[in-house]
Amino acid sequence: MYTQAMDTMTPEPGNGKKAVRSAEEMVLEERFEARIDAGDFIEAKDWMPEHYRKTLVRQISQHAHSEIVGMLPEGNWITRAPTLKRKAILLAKVQDEGGHGLYLYAAAETLGTSRDQLLDALHTGKAKYSSIFNYPTLTWADMGTIGWLVDGAAIMNQVPICRCSYAPYARAMIRICREESFHQRQGYEALLTMMKGTDAQRALVQESVNRWWWPSIMMFGPPDDQSPNTAQSMRWGIKRVSNDELRQKFIDATVDQAKVLGITLPDPDLKWNEERQHYDYGVIDWPEFWRVVAGDGPCNRERLGARVKAWDDGAWVREAALAHAGKQATVRRAA
Amino acid sequence: MTTPNEWPLWEVFVRTKAGLDHKHCGSLHATDAKMAIQLARDVYTRRQEGSSLWVVRSDQIVASDPSDKAMFFDPMEDKVYRHPTFYALPESVDHM
Repeated sequence: MYTQAMDTMTPEPGNGKKAVRSAEEMVLEERFEARIDAGDFIEAKDWMPEHYRKTLVRQISQHAHSEIVGMLPEGNWITRAPTLKRKAILLAKVQDEGGHGLYLYAAAETLGTSRDQLLDALHTGKAKYSSIFNYPTLTWADMGTIGWLVDGAAIMNQVPICRCSYAPYARAMIRICREESFHQRQGYEALLTMMKGTDAQRALVQESVNRWWWPSIMMFGPPDDQSPNTAQSMRWGIKRVSNDELRQKFIDATVDQAKVLGITLPDPDLKWNEERQHYDYGVIDWPEFWRVVAGDGPCNRERLGARVKAWDDGAWVREAALAHAGKQATVRRAA
Repeated sequence: MTTPNEWPLWEVFVRTKAGLDHKHCGSLHATDAKMAIQLARDVYTRRQEGSSLWVVRSDQIVASDPSDKAMFFDPMEDKVYRHPTFYALPESVDHM
C-alpha cells in the first residue's frame, strides 16, 4: 500500500546534492553507492547518506502507521461478524495487522528515531498513512472486499520490498508477506460464500466491490510521471517496481478473480489489449486521491481521532507498567 | 534516542523447534522480562513459529563495530588451509 509515502514527500532539491560535503563523507558515500550497485544489503549500524535514512524512516513509519490505522476499519466489524468462525478469522487478521505494525516500527527505530517520535508524527498529522483506510466499512461484505482487493494490492506492493536494500525493512517485509497471503484468501473466500447465498447477499458483494475498486487501485500511488521521488528510491533499491507497473500487474491478476467470483468491476473501459498483453483501464480520479491524502477523505478525522484517543487513554497504563517494573527492580536489588 | 517514558527495547530470539539454534527475529518494547516474553509470544509466534523464546535487553548486547569489519574479519581470508578442500588427496581416498 505503502510506497505512497514517497510520493507525498517533498522532492529533494537537485537530487540530494549538497553544496558542502567533507572529503571523508564523499568517500563514504562512494563506498555506499558501490555497495548498493553490487546489490549488498545495508544494516542498521552501517554508514548511510542522510537522505537515504530520512527516506526510509518516512517510508517504513508510514507503512507501520498504515498497518495500525488499518486495524480500525476491520475492527469495526469484529462484534458483528456473522458466525463464530468469521469472527475468529477477523480477530486473527486484525491481530496480524497489529503485529505487522510492530515489526515495522521496530525496523524504523533501527534508523535512530524512537517509537514515541514516530507515533507523535502520526498523532500530530505530520506523518501519513495509506489513503485506503480513510474509507468507511459500511457492510459485512466490505470485510471480504478488503481482504481480496486491499490486501491483494498490498501484497503486490510489498513483495518487491522484501528485496529492499535496507535489511531490517526487508526482513520485516518477508515476515509480513508470509502472513499476508491468508488475509487475501480469507477475504476472497468470504465473498465466494456470499455469492453462493441469496440475491441480497450477491448485491451486497457487488455494491462493496463498486465502492472499493477505485480506492484499491489508487493504493499504488500516483502515476509514474507524477512520482518525483521514484527515480532516487529505485536507484537506492528502496523501491523496486514503479507505481504504474504494480498497478497494471494487480489489475491483470484481479480481472480473472472477479470473473470466478461472478461480479463486475466498476470500470466500463476495462478490456484486454492484445497488443500490450495487458488490460486497459479507465481514468483514475486523481483529484480524489490527493484530497484523501491531504486529509479530506470520508474518515480521515475519525481514524486519526481514534488513534489519538487510544494513545491518550492508554497513557496511565504505560506509566503504571513502567512504575511497577521500577519498583520490582528496586525490591530485587534490596533482597 | 529513547525518551525517558519509553519502555525499554528488547531483542527477541526464537528456537523454531527442538534441535535448532535460537535465531534473532526482531525486537519489541516491554517494561520487564516477563512482559517481554509474553509480548514476544504474541508478536513473533502467532503461528507456532517457536518452541522456545529468549529475550534480552537491547542495551545489554555488545556488538562488533561495522567500521572494523575489514580489519576484524578479513585476516581469515587467506587461511585457506582451514578448509578441507585445501587438501588434494588421491581419488580413492578423497571421501574420508
